[in-house]
Amino acid sequence: MRRKTSRLMRGLAVLSVLALGATACGGSDDDSSGQKPVSADDVQAALKKGGSVTVWAWEPTLKTVAADFQKKYPKVKINLVGERSGDKHYTALSNAISAKKGVPDVSQVEYFALGQYSLTKGLTDLASFGADKLKDKYTPGPWNAVSEGDKVYGLPMDSGPMALFYNKKVFDKYKIAVPTTWDEYVDAARKLHKADPKVYIANDAGDAGFTTSMLWQAGSRPYKVDGTKVSVDFSDAGAKKYTDTWQQLIDEKLVSPINGWTDDWYKGLGDGTIATLASGAWMPANFTTGVPNASGDWRAAPMPAWTKGDKASAENGGSSLALPALGKNKELAYAFVEYANSGAGVQSRVKEGAFPATTAELKNDAFLDTEFKYFGGQKANTVFADSAANVADDWSYLPFQQYANSIFNDTVGKAYVGNTKLADGLKSWQDASVKYGKEQGFTVE
Amino acid sequence: MSDTSSSLPTAARPAPAPDTGGARRAPRLRTRRGRVPGRPRRSVLLTVLTGLVLLYTVVPLLWLVISATKTQEGLADSSGLWFADDFALWDNISETFSYNDGIFVRWLLNTLLYVVVGAGGATLLAILGGYALAKFNFPGKRGVFAVVIGAVAVPGTALAVPTFLMFSKMGLTDTPWAVIIPSLVSPFGLYLMWVFATEAIPNELMEAARIDGAGEIRTFFQVALPLLAPGTVTVLLFTTVATWNNYFLPLIMLKDPDWYPLTLGLDAWNNQAQTIGGDVIFNLVITGSLLTIVPLIAAFLLLQKYWQSGLAAGSVKE
Repeated sequence: MRRKTSRLMRGLAVLSVLALGATACGGSDDDSSGQKPVSADDVQAALKKGGSVTVWAWEPTLKTVAADFQKKYPKVKINLVGERSGDKHYTALSNAISAKKGVPDVSQVEYFALGQYSLTKGLTDLASFGADKLKDKYTPGPWNAVSEGDKVYGLPMDSGPMALFYNKKVFDKYKIAVPTTWDEYVDAARKLHKADPKVYIANDAGDAGFTTSMLWQAGSRPYKVDGTKVSVDFSDAGAKKYTDTWQQLIDEKLVSPINGWTDDWYKGLGDGTIATLASGAWMPANFTTGVPNASGDWRAAPMPAWTKGDKASAENGGSSLALPALGKNKELAYAFVEYANSGAGVQSRVKEGAFPATTAELKNDAFLDTEFKYFGGQKANTVFADSAANVADDWSYLPFQQYANSIFNDTVGKAYVGNTKLADGLKSWQDASVKYGKEQGFTVE
Repeated sequence: MSDTSSSLPTAARPAPAPDTGGARRAPRLRTRRGRVPGRPRRSVLLTVLTGLVLLYTVVPLLWLVISATKTQEGLADSSGLWFADDFALWDNISETFSYNDGIFVRWLLNTLLYVVVGAGGATLLAILGGYALAKFNFPGKRGVFAVVIGAVAVPGTALAVPTFLMFSKMGLTDTPWAVIIPSLVSPFGLYLMWVFATEAIPNELMEAARIDGAGEIRTFFQVALPLLAPGTVTVLLFTTVATWNNYFLPLIMLKDPDWYPLTLGLDAWNNQAQTIGGDVIFNLVITGSLLTIVPLIAAFLLLQKYWQSGLAAGSVKE
C-alpha cells in the first residue's frame, strides 16, 4: 500500500501517444495545457501574481515545507489535505479524476502507482516545465520510477532502499549473530524461537510490497513490460531462491502471523517479540513515533545477501509528487513541487526524518554523519546510502500493480494460513494478474 | 422463609439500615430476599449470565477509559486493563483538541451539525408521518405500510452507493447535505411513531378537540404532540445514535476532511500509523474515541426512562 517502488513501463509512451491521438480527435483542449513548454519566467510571474494550490499528500514533512513556501511567496496559499493515505487516497484521486471534479493541483503518488495514472493520461508531463533537466539531481532508482523516455510524471519525494532493522537487545540476550545471508537468517530465526517461543525473527502475514521487494533483491524479475505486452512469471531462479528460503520460515512457524502497520505490530516491535524488520530507509521515522518505548534497542544493518558477499539491494516504498492533468494553477503547483522535492524543501524534510532521493543529500557528510539517538547513536544513514547505491536495476512493476497488490492476500496469502505452498500461491497470483491484464486489454503472456 | 434466604451468609444480607428505601413499609427486611408472591425466585444461572453480559459490555469500555490515560509509550508497555506508570489523561485530552490546529473540534462540530439537523429532522418527519398514518385514513395507506416495512428491512449501507451516484449527478457530494439529507429518512423511526401514535392518542381526545373547534394543526401541536413525547425521545435517541456513529455514508460522500464527522476523522488519525514517516498517535485515537462516546453515554443516562418506555411501545395490545 505504501512502500513499493515502481518503474514506468516502456510501453507507456506508446499508449500515451495513442490516447493523446484519440482525445485530440475529440477536440478536447485539456491536452494542450500540459504539453506547452512553460518557462521559468512564467512560473516566477505566476508566483508574483499569487493564487492557491491544493495538495493531496499525507507525507508529514510537507507541513513545514508548505509553511516555508508560503513565507517565501506570501501571495500563494498552499491548501494541504493530508487526512487520507494509501488506498483511500488513490480511491479519492481516481474518483475525482473520473468525475472531472475536485481534482487536486498536486498529488502524492507512490512509485508503484504512478504507472496506473500516467497510463490513463491522468498526470501532467513535467518535462514541459523543464523537469527533465533535474535528472542528475536524483538517484537512478527513483528517477527511473518517475520518468519514461523524455517524459517526467512526478518529482521523487523520497526513496526506500532496504535495510535490515534488528533488535540488538534481543540478539545480544540470546547471543545470536546478526545474519548477513538469508540462510543465516533462517538459522537465527530457529535459534531465537527456540530460546524464547514468544520471539519471532519477523512478522509476515502476507504483504505484496514486501514480497515483491524480496523478489527484487533475490534477482527475480517477474514483471516484464514492453509496449502493451506484459508478462508475469514467478518461476525464475530468483523467485525460487526466495520461496525456498521463506517456505522454511512459514513451515516451521518462525514468522509471527501479525499484519504489518497494525497496533499489534507496533507493540511487537516494541516488546522484542518481533526481532527484525526488512524495510525501507524511511522506517526510522515510524520507529521514533510508533515505538518510542524501544528507543536504543534497535540498529540498522545491510540486507542479508542471497549469496555471501553479494551486495544487491532493493527498494521498498517511496513516493513522488505529481500534477494531475485536470488540476489548476499548474505553474504554482509545479513551483511548489520543485521547491519541496528539489529545492530548499528537501533539506527541511530530511531534517524531519524523511529519506531523500537526491544525490546531493545522500552524499552530504552531515547527512551521513547524523547519529540516530533511536539507534543508540548509530550513523544509520551510511547503511541506507550504501543500500541505495546497490539497488539492483531492471525491476518494473505492472501497469496495474495496485489491482495486483489488492488480490495478493486471496492468492499468495493462502500460503500463510493453509497448506498452500508459497510457490503455488505465487502461481495463482500470476494467473489472476494475467487474467485481469487481459481483461484490461493488455497482451499478456 | 425460603431456603435461599436462610442459607445466605449473614454478611451478604442487607444491613438493617434505613437507607434501603423499599424497606420502609416492610416490617421484616428478610422478606425482600425471600420468595414473595408475584416475584420470581432468583436464579443463579441467570445472575451469572447477566454478570457475564455485564462484563462483556463493560470491559471494552473500561479498556477505553484506562487506555486513554496512557501515552503512546505506555500503551505499548503496559497491560491493557490496568494503568501505566504515568497518568496522561489530561495531556491526551488537551493534545487531542489541539493536534493539527484543532481539527478535532471541527470534526466534533460537524458531527453535532449532522446530528442536530439530520437526526432532529428525521425525528420531526417521523412524528409528522407517524401521526398522519396512525390517525388519518387515506387511499394507499396499505401501500405506504408495505413500503415502510420494506424500507426498515433494507440496511442503509446497501443504499449508500446508489445514493452516492444519485447525489454525484446532483452535485451534492462533498457537501454537508450529502450526509444530512439521507439521515433525514428513518423508516424505523416512522414505523415506531406510527405504532406509538396509534396507542398513545385516543381517538376520542381528537374528536373532543375537533368539537371544541381546534383546527388540525392546533390538534396536532397542542393535543397530540405532548402525548407523543416518550415516543419522540425514543426516536430521537435512535436517530441520534445512528447519525453520531454514521461511518460508511460520510466515507463515500465526503472528500474534504474539513467536513468529516468524528468517525471518519478518528479513522484518518488511526491510518496515520500506516504511512511512511507517519506520526503514530494511537493515544490520541483512543482519547478521541473516548471523547466521542461521552455525549452518547450522557444522552442515554439522561433519557433512559423514555428510551425504555418507547421500546415497549406497541408490544402489548390493550
